[in-house]
Amino acid sequence: MASETVDNAGIEQGVRRRDFIHIATVSFAGVGAAAVVFPLVTQMAPSEDVLALSSTEIDIAAIQPGQAIKTSWRKQPVFVRNLTPEEIAAAKATAASDLRDVQTIEERTKPGKENWLITLGVCTHLGCVPLGAAEGESKGDFGGYFCPCHGSHYDTAGRIRKGPAPTNLVVPPYEFTSDTVVMIG
Amino acid sequence: MSFPWAKQYQPQHPFMQWMDEKLPLPRLVYNAIGGGYEVPRNLNYFWNFGVLAGAALMVQIITGIVLAMHYSANVGVAFNSVEHIMRDVNSGWFIRYAHMNGASMFFIVVYLHIFRGLYYGSYKAPREMVWLLGVTIFLLMMATAFMGYVLPWGQMSFWGAQVITGFFSAIPLVGEPLRQWLLGGFVPDNAALNRFFSLHYLLPFVILGVIILHVWALHIPGSSNPTGVAVKSEQDTVPFHPYYTAKDAFGLGVFLLVFSSLIFFSPNLLGHPDNYIPANPLSTPAHIVPEWYFLPFYAILKAFTFNFLWIDAKLWGVIAMFASIALLFFLPWLDTSPVRSASYRPLYRIFFWVLVADVLLLGVCGMMPAEQPWVLLSQLGAIYYFAHFLIIMPIVSRIEKPLPMPASITEAVLGKGGNASVPSSAVPATA
Repeated sequence: MASETVDNAGIEQGVRRRDFIHIATVSFAGVGAAAVVFPLVTQMAPSEDVLALSSTEIDIAAIQPGQAIKTSWRKQPVFVRNLTPEEIAAAKATAASDLRDVQTIEERTKPGKENWLITLGVCTHLGCVPLGAAEGESKGDFGGYFCPCHGSHYDTAGRIRKGPAPTNLVVPPYEFTSDTVVMIG
Repeated sequence: MSFPWAKQYQPQHPFMQWMDEKLPLPRLVYNAIGGGYEVPRNLNYFWNFGVLAGAALMVQIITGIVLAMHYSANVGVAFNSVEHIMRDVNSGWFIRYAHMNGASMFFIVVYLHIFRGLYYGSYKAPREMVWLLGVTIFLLMMATAFMGYVLPWGQMSFWGAQVITGFFSAIPLVGEPLRQWLLGGFVPDNAALNRFFSLHYLLPFVILGVIILHVWALHIPGSSNPTGVAVKSEQDTVPFHPYYTAKDAFGLGVFLLVFSSLIFFSPNLLGHPDNYIPANPLSTPAHIVPEWYFLPFYAILKAFTFNFLWIDAKLWGVIAMFASIALLFFLPWLDTSPVRSASYRPLYRIFFWVLVADVLLLGVCGMMPAEQPWVLLSQLGAIYYFAHFLIIMPIVSRIEKPLPMPASITEAVLGKGGNASVPSSAVPATA
């Protein structure tokens, strides 16, 4: 309190004892309030049991070329599609300039397993499940998937070609644990 | 808060006098919606819809509280608990149908209320704050209605939740984490259903609070009227009670007739059959559409099918949809014409009706699948919607020559003979 001076009227000048108490009190209350906000915010995030559903094993032995199955990972639909050689050729023949989100089919599949297109069945626009995985469903203008909600068309590599979706269908992290079993997540 | 000639509250009964000293709540009510609130004498039936919106909110709150006693917010049983209300709970079908159709009735009267405000320029000074609070109420209503629609956990509930929370994923960088935080998962699931139920119960009371502010802000300048001419003298007004309480009671009767015919004769007219299928996260219904009251905004969302500048189509759609509502906040400053009522604005009136047609067209486009010609029509409709507010309205305000206006409300009602300068014997005794 060396800097403190007292004028003739007895009023303290400069940094007063009371200023220090005010700042300390408000700071402490502020830290306390912030500490309470943290649990209130984090309680909204996905809980541990939701996160625990993070890997799924799929047997793909029964899927014939040209067929696809719908399964689920983290409660989201996943498409596992066995591409025909023509579909792979069509995906390879596509010019990069025709793609909105430029990726090659090699980047979207595992080496040597190019026929296995594994993507989330979640349209990157607003999250509907595109058609095209089940027999008889519309595959859209590019032979892949078609989202009926807002009209996004995906090609045989699950890449966005037309419609409002911004990006290609998401390829989830996965591994081939054997020739016929895939572990997603 | 009132005109100098407004009647003062004078409690007669000793109990009311005692009450007035301790807690002047009856005085507040008297001055707000009783004999102490002076209102222009020339209000037409379009002025009923504010009170009707309040009535609709009360219906929703009462039926909603009752439904919450029988409903269970868990994905395993939510759908069945709604069917339990429909089949097992005594009168449950009636309460649920009233709540379901009550939401539609609420939006119908609010849209007519907004229509009234747009036509008669109710948003203009000195009532800007009334308008701003009104748009806020509208936004809260949309959030509440959306979350309520998720609760039955049918196919439309689930996919509506998926699509609408998907709006947030359009935000660059933080979008997807934000969406997961809002949902408490990767897709709408138990966490989302529970929090939607909690908020769906909370928000109507927030709406009620904002309505109190809305009415408070209105009572400072007092109600507008179909001529848009300000109140000038005592002859221009009548007390709210009994004149408008009676008129509003008649309007309420008509409202209840329409509401009852929906509940009793076609309770599912405005709903979607798909919502009677339990939610299935692995299968999207062939054709997702929101409830009718969201259709014009949904059409604006769907209008963007192409990337433009450096922003992708998805984000454009979401921005445009939110902007179409946010734009309403700026209305009092976009329309610079000093004339309030469209009755005296020959040019604005034409564009006003074109806007109404445009919004109806967008509504139809919102209902249709994302195919031509509907995509093109919704694009044109969306362009016109924004052009109306951002280009046409400011220009019309500047170049328009308004029609001659009556000197006072009384003159508008009674002709020149009823001018305020004429002795009051020329005016009906009720004034």
